[in-house]
Formats: sequence, C-alpha cells, structure tokens
Amino acid sequence: MSAMDLLKRKLAPVLPDAWKMIDAEAARVLRLHLAGRKLVDFQGPHGWAFAAVNTGRLDLFDPGADPEVNIGVRRVQPLIEVRLPIRLSIMELDSVARGAENPDLTAVVQAAEKAARVEDDAIFNGLASAHIAGIIPASPHTPLPMPADPRQLPREILRAKEILRRAGVNGPYALVLGSDAYEKVFAAAEEGYPLAKRIEQQLVDHPIVRASAVKGGVLLSLRGGDYELVVGQDLSIGYAFHEKHMVELYLTESFTFRILEDKAAILLRRA
Amino acid sequence: MSSESLHEPAELLSEETKNIHRAIVSLVEELEAVDWYQQRAEACSDPDLKAVLIHNKNEEIEHACMNLEWLRRRSPEIDERLRTYLFAEGPITEIEEKAKAAQAGGGKASAARAPQSASSASSSNPSASGSLDVGSLRSR
Repeated sequence: MSAMDLLKRKLAPVLPDAWKMIDAEAARVLRLHLAGRKLVDFQGPHGWAFAAVNTGRLDLFDPGADPEVNIGVRRVQPLIEVRLPIRLSIMELDSVARGAENPDLTAVVQAAEKAARVEDDAIFNGLASAHIAGIIPASPHTPLPMPADPRQLPREILRAKEILRRAGVNGPYALVLGSDAYEKVFAAAEEGYPLAKRIEQQLVDHPIVRASAVKGGVLLSLRGGDYELVVGQDLSIGYAFHEKHMVELYLTESFTFRILEDKAAILLRRA
Repeated sequence: MSSESLHEPAELLSEETKNIHRAIVSLVEELEAVDWYQQRAEACSDPDLKAVLIHNKNEEIEHACMNLEWLRRRSPEIDERLRTYLFAEGPITEIEEKAKAAQAGGGKASAARAPQSASSASSSNPSASGSLDVGSLRSR
C-alpha cells in the first residue's frame, strides 16, 4: 500500500487549499521545535514498509540437546510509529475556500509541538520499550554541573569539550540547552556583550540549539557517525474520520534512533 | 562553487532550498560532462583513449541519474512529471494529452507504474503525498 493510501487524505472532506495551509503550518511548527534533527545524522525516509534497522548483531540461544547445533536470532532495532490526533472544524477549514487567510489551526500547532517533543524525547532521553537508548542516558561521561549563573557556563563548556576530546571525540561541537537554560543564556550579557553570541562565536561550532526535551544542557559532537535518526514514513498528516461538523486528521511518523558512539555527548546537569 | 550561483541571499533561503539548488547544479554539471565526453570520444583518434572517454561518459550518466533520483524523492512535482514522461511509448509530445485523458476517464496512466508514489494524486492537490518534507534539519 502506498504512503498516500495509508494516509487516506483523498477521503477527507478537506479542500486542497485548506490541506496546503494545514501542511504548511505543521511543517513550520515542526521545523521550529525539532531539535534532534538539527544535530544527528538522518537516514531515510524509507516509507511505511520499512520496519526495522539491521544492527548486524546476533543473539545466541543457550545450547540445546545437540551441542553441534548453534542457533542465534538476528537483532534488529524496530521502528516506532507515532500518531497524534488533529481535530478541526470543517466550517473553519471551508472558510479558506471563501478567501479566509487565517483559519484556526491551533490543533495542528499543538499536534506538531507534541510530535516534535516525542521525537526529541526519544533522541535525547531514550525510549526503553522501543530499544532507543537516548543520547543523555547513554553518555558514559560524568555529567558536569549546569551553573545557576549562566556567566559561568563558558567554563563548563570548555571542560565538556576537553572531556570529549580526551575520549577521542573531535568536533565540530554543538551546545543544546533546555528551555530554561536557553532563556537564561540568551538574556545574559558579559560587560554588555551577549553571552550567547560569545558562546556561539568562540566556544562551539554551531548555533545554540533549544530543545525542550533536555533538562539542563548537552554538548555533543557534530562530526557525524555517532547518532542516527532512521525514519520510515517521515512526518505526515493523514485522515482518520469525520462527523457533521468536525474532521479528525492525524500527524504521524515512523522512526527509531540509534547510538553508534555513546561517548560523543556529555550532559550539563541542572542543579 | 554552487553557493556562488544562488540567485537570492543565502540567509533568506531554507536549507531545503539550498540542498535542492546543490542537487540541480550538480545535475547540470554532470550532464555537461556527458556532453563533453561524448564530443571528445567522437573526435578522438586513439581507440584506447576513446574507450576510456566513453566509459567516463557513462559514469557521468550514472551520476546524473543519481542526482535526478534525489530530486525526484524530494519533489512530488518532479516525481509526478517523471512518472508521466519517462519510459513512455509513442510521440513524446502526446504523452501529456494521453495522461490527462486517462486521468479524466479514471484510468491510471502513470499510477500503474507508480505503486509506491504520490504521483497518482491529481495535480490540483500538490500536497497529496501527505509527507511534510521535514527531513533532516542539519545544516553544514
């Protein structure tokens, strides 16, 4: 079955112009909030039919009655499928055909925010039931403190870079900050010079990334080959059902996240 | 360098548009190379060199096809047109008319060859694939 069929978009009582607005709004919000995709390797999209990633590993069974016979099962990392409902007023969507340029798409925004959060949560914090380790829990390095005073942050970034370097992890490096830390850092200044600007220009090699799934901060390498987001069906909007006044769409994707080198990131833990 | 051929200020362009630009520039360069090798091979008087040049030309064709396939995967519009025009039979200038007629009659002019594609969607709904084309947001 093709991706289009599974999404059943043609069955929705939604006019093409309204679809365009829904898709554009969802894509805008997703690009704004998705943090992991700005940092990790991206593989795909492979489509709905892609179910698992080959890890190359084999789990051997305990020896059976015949010691000559060895059996192992191949280890794969399955993709998870995420689906979030989007309930919209048909009347409101039809207003687009009448020339309305600002239909109420709050439900689209909320679903996109949640979807971004789900993906980033899996990337940074892991999802054990889906065999996703997560950048932060997988990091073998002892976390450094996220200082209460953001002006102390440059020192910790330097320490973090040194720890990664000693572990053989070269740059370029990026700094990811949780919402609180991000706001603090961007509000702070050193002798009138914006702290964020100094960090971005002198200490890391990538604009600071805001990730609400992160508590505190993470310094990680962008050299590639360490973290891999594998996407089956990339973020898409499909149709579920409709009633007289309401249509329910859904935002969906299938993905998994793999850690190939757990040493490539270090946590700055909030006190 | 492809970045030198941007027509708009780089800061106004999304990473997606810049990547598509890179792919298009690469495609143009590969096809130019095919043209050059073809001419050189034809004009060449040494048979061994001629064989090498033809081999090189075929390599460039492969590169061009890979670039085109990347573009097709990114753009439902390119995907739809390629599925309409490529591997068709009969006069090329009549393909569009035939495709339209088949669509109007509920036929599957191109969809029959497009089991995994969004291309069978009508052109009045360009977003019919459903994918939001978010992809990688990594910038280098």
